[in-house]
Amino acid sequence: MKTIDSLESAAIRAAARARTAVLPLAELNPADPQGFVDDTVGYLFERLRREDPVHRSHSPIPGIDTYWSVTRYRDIMQVDTSHAIYSSEDGITLMDFPPGDEQKLQMFIAMDPPKHDEQRKAVSSIVAPANLNNWQDLIRERTGKVLDNLPRNETFNWVDLVSIELTTYMLATLFDFPVEDRRLLTHWSDISTANKLTNPDAPEPEVRMAELRKMLQYFTRLWNERVNAPPRTDLISMLAHGPATRNMGPAQFMGNLVLLIVGGNDTTRNSMTGGLLALHDHPQEMAKLRADPALVDSLVPEIIRWQTPLAYMRRTALVDTELGGKQIRKGDKLAMWYLSGNRDESAIPEPNRFIVDRQRPRQHLSFGFGIHRCVGNRLAELQLKILWEELLRRFETIEVVGEPTRVRSSFVRGFSRLPVRIPA
Amino acid sequence: MPKVTFNGFAGGTHTVVVPSGTTLMRAATDNRVPGIDGDCGGNCACATCHVYVDPDWTDRVGARTATENDMLNHVADLHGNSRLACQITLTDALNGLVINLPESQH
Repeated sequence: MKTIDSLESAAIRAAARARTAVLPLAELNPADPQGFVDDTVGYLFERLRREDPVHRSHSPIPGIDTYWSVTRYRDIMQVDTSHAIYSSEDGITLMDFPPGDEQKLQMFIAMDPPKHDEQRKAVSSIVAPANLNNWQDLIRERTGKVLDNLPRNETFNWVDLVSIELTTYMLATLFDFPVEDRRLLTHWSDISTANKLTNPDAPEPEVRMAELRKMLQYFTRLWNERVNAPPRTDLISMLAHGPATRNMGPAQFMGNLVLLIVGGNDTTRNSMTGGLLALHDHPQEMAKLRADPALVDSLVPEIIRWQTPLAYMRRTALVDTELGGKQIRKGDKLAMWYLSGNRDESAIPEPNRFIVDRQRPRQHLSFGFGIHRCVGNRLAELQLKILWEELLRRFETIEVVGEPTRVRSSFVRGFSRLPVRIPA
Repeated sequence: MPKVTFNGFAGGTHTVVVPSGTTLMRAATDNRVPGIDGDCGGNCACATCHVYVDPDWTDRVGARTATENDMLNHVADLHGNSRLACQITLTDALNGLVINLPESQH
């Protein structure tokens, strides 16, 4: 359906494409969140991959300033797998904070070995593939219940009633967090990725930290209950009893909570929305899927590639080195633009097409590669697989009835709204 | 043309024959052997092709590389004979190789 909104957004995209084509290379700044709000950053990546794949980018925001944009699949793979050259210790987003600033969260994704390895191991088994069979029935039952309660014949926000509801419920289960308070997890997830410097609507830094301290308080109460009880299989109990994590200070506890909450929330949430949108935009692929629901197995990784819910990860060079013909200096920061690598035609055939029965659909960068590869990837895939199996079983049509509203962030590539209607 | 046998975690055996020079990961994925995904395409970067080399074969297959060791450090069920299949190249010397699959890729 062509609405005024969709004509308008098509016009914005056409203008952005024309503008990007004539800008001096030096002015291309993929970290500008406007390109994510308009969904036009892809044109910029298209040009960088072709003309300057490892690009010296500048942001007007002082905390971001100068960084390397790594845009090709193979260069990204090289950086991601060279953790002795490219460190995570200075953080995973481009924003720098003064040393000691409490806004810089201490989480294991932002650590190098051996500390990273120890802390990661403390939580990895709960989401390990061997454990997933334990979750499967519960996820299916809960997904079915959420879908059965969706409004019929009226427009609703898919992000809120499906994507947020399902991912937050899952997270509450993993933490054994009081279910009635589960929307607090969504709130804390949004708060932790909010950034006043790049999004004027975000809360002030003090307000953000105050909210995160409330989160810490809440979880400290759960920690205290569980540390004094026998070990159980929820994440808080695992952290409280794990030898590598039981002596974490409050700052590290907070950092790792944020990591698990954002990692398990923002990402799958946006793939749940992005997948519906992609199928809506490619009706012939939806038809293929309806004709052969077994294609859900390749649909899921294709959705995750297409959406790339985390657009990049940052690394910092520990030594002088070379990448794609460019001299990288010790201390330089780099953004591995997964979103760009996932559209790189030198690694992925027909990358700009959404194909539900793609050959080798699992070869995408969205989970990262190397020692920091997403620890919850199999759980994420399971949640999406069950969602699509249950959707296909229930609803003959799901209508996207308006344009999505995208999040103002160059890190979390996501949606705050997608209007949807399901006929009765 | 080396022959390889894959024993699944929950039973089920797949025997494949591939040209010499093929990696063990490709031998599995090209023949749809379940339990080996090879998400990174053979870059030693995802640990989704974790296998156990049958004890009779460990000497002939050889030792892990340093990167492989870093990646295996993160798998749930690491054993002494754990390897990443993408780091093993099949030659006629490995004809008859027996591989067991871990529970985590079941």
